[in-house]
Amino acid sequence: MATAIPDRPSDNRIAPPSALRRHGSQLGIIGVGVAMWLAFVAAAPAVFTNLDIYRAFAQTTPQFGIIALALTFVVITGEIDLSFPSIMALGTAAFCLTTSYGGAPWWIGLVCALATGAACGLLNGLLVAKLNIPSLVITIGTSFLFRGLELVLMNGTGVPLTADKFPQMHALLRASVFGFPIQTLWMIVILIVFWVLLNRTRFGAHVFLVGDNPTSARLMGVNAVSVKARAFVLVGVTAVFSGLMTSIYGYYFWPTTGDGFLLNTIASVFLGGTSVFGGTGSVVGTFVASYIIGAINAGIVSAGINAFYTQLAFGLVIVISVVLQTLIERRIRRQSLTGR
Amino acid sequence: MTQSVGAADPPVIELRNVSKTFGEVRSLSGVNFSVNRGEIVGLLGDNGAGKSTLVKIVMGFHRPDAGGEIFFEGRRIDDWSVARARSLGIETVYQERALSEKQPIWRNMFMGREPRTRWGLLDVKRMRSESTRLMSEHMGFTSAAVHPDNIVTTMSGGEKQGVAITRALYFDAELVILDEPTMGLSLSETRKTLDFVSGIKKAGKSAIFIDHNIFHVYPVVDRLYVLDRGKVAGVYAKSEITMDELLDRLYRVARSGSMD
Repeated sequence: MATAIPDRPSDNRIAPPSALRRHGSQLGIIGVGVAMWLAFVAAAPAVFTNLDIYRAFAQTTPQFGIIALALTFVVITGEIDLSFPSIMALGTAAFCLTTSYGGAPWWIGLVCALATGAACGLLNGLLVAKLNIPSLVITIGTSFLFRGLELVLMNGTGVPLTADKFPQMHALLRASVFGFPIQTLWMIVILIVFWVLLNRTRFGAHVFLVGDNPTSARLMGVNAVSVKARAFVLVGVTAVFSGLMTSIYGYYFWPTTGDGFLLNTIASVFLGGTSVFGGTGSVVGTFVASYIIGAINAGIVSAGINAFYTQLAFGLVIVISVVLQTLIERRIRRQSLTGR
Repeated sequence: MTQSVGAADPPVIELRNVSKTFGEVRSLSGVNFSVNRGEIVGLLGDNGAGKSTLVKIVMGFHRPDAGGEIFFEGRRIDDWSVARARSLGIETVYQERALSEKQPIWRNMFMGREPRTRWGLLDVKRMRSESTRLMSEHMGFTSAAVHPDNIVTTMSGGEKQGVAITRALYFDAELVILDEPTMGLSLSETRKTLDFVSGIKKAGKSAIFIDHNIFHVYPVVDRLYVLDRGKVAGVYAKSEITMDELLDRLYRVARSGSMD
């Protein structure tokens, strides 16, 4: 079956892509991170040469960063999930209902909570992929659905999650390991697992293909429905994990858990270089970007700048990163800058 | 032709009484179609004649309406799907080119059937090295500088078609479907593609060749199906009909819907 073409043109060479093109977005995000850190050190040297500030955001950043890692998969498939803050609350409510109210041991609560997250993710995924409903719209709907269900089930009340009632949960999600915040250890473990999942499994390969060109993926026998559904399940499960982590961190489950998580999480994904148009992205980028987003908050407050500036800085970082990303992508596609 | 087709050999693929309806539009009705081993079959017809629907059924993308049957090498197959068709050795080179443009060549080359190590993880090393080998052996890229990490968007139309064709060949296809493979290609790129079609026959494999351009189709095929408004309007062995007669009949069928 060899059909070697005899008359090879002598100049038919393909140059390897430059390192800048291959790792451009990751290098860019790491550059932004380092530059911001230097700016913070210059603005508030006393705070930023002290370990305490790093310990603080190593504990809080994973609360949204872990979800951002999973959301990266969904965004690469060309979709978005806006319902994860509600899933955080609904899953944690499932934990409280089975343990505090139902008297079940902590691990049954944990399993029930994660299963709730998986079920929510599956519902989102099937509505989006099977019925072809735009995810931007349907996940706003399911967001109200999950939040409403949680408020009804909990009757709007919170539940204390103290260390003497749930020692194992505190050991898993809150205690330091040799002085190192366990939250960031979890985030590193999940990063490694998700990196392998995205870059070294068929599922990961299909996530890229489905997001890049859904028609061609289907023509080549890729099951787009199952790929998207699995990506949404990933977000559902990590959202609940993070909901538990956040609640245990505050010793209390608030029925409003998840409020304020939406923008940080989505910003981390886009700042991390994952394409708004689907098809490309990286969990390493999201990882670094999460800590940058976490640092903006901590940095601005401790640099003595009015906290109202947080949102402004936040907005600038997101808008600039998405605009740059779009321009770079058009440049690669040799389109004009406005895409027309 | 070195390959002789025994009369007892079942066709590689056979469709019996296949119809396909989309909503209220009947795209195919009662089509019988077969491809023998080592045979190149041409598929001609105007826009909307049902050519694309027919090949999409052959490659598993659409399922025929109830009553239609699909046989692969004489065996009736009921759970027809793209994955099933590909596992039996049916590969397609599409008019849409079906490449993921933002992905590197190596991901495109193994799309939908990525090789795995014994740990169940993607064998990225093999995907890269095999892509390099295929690109230098089949696509005529200078091996020293071939790079599987190149993003497809940055390649020319002919190079993209090269990836699509090499992808079909790599998997030792029994039957290659070429859906308007010369569309948008330069003269020399078209020449290469037609050489490739002849190469399929020399290797003892079969092909279905769909094209608007009868001057591309006629020289390389053994048998021709002419489709019109979802029906088979005529089947000709190449020995039975000259190119001029064929052209004449195609005009007639376009006007009247009947061959004779």
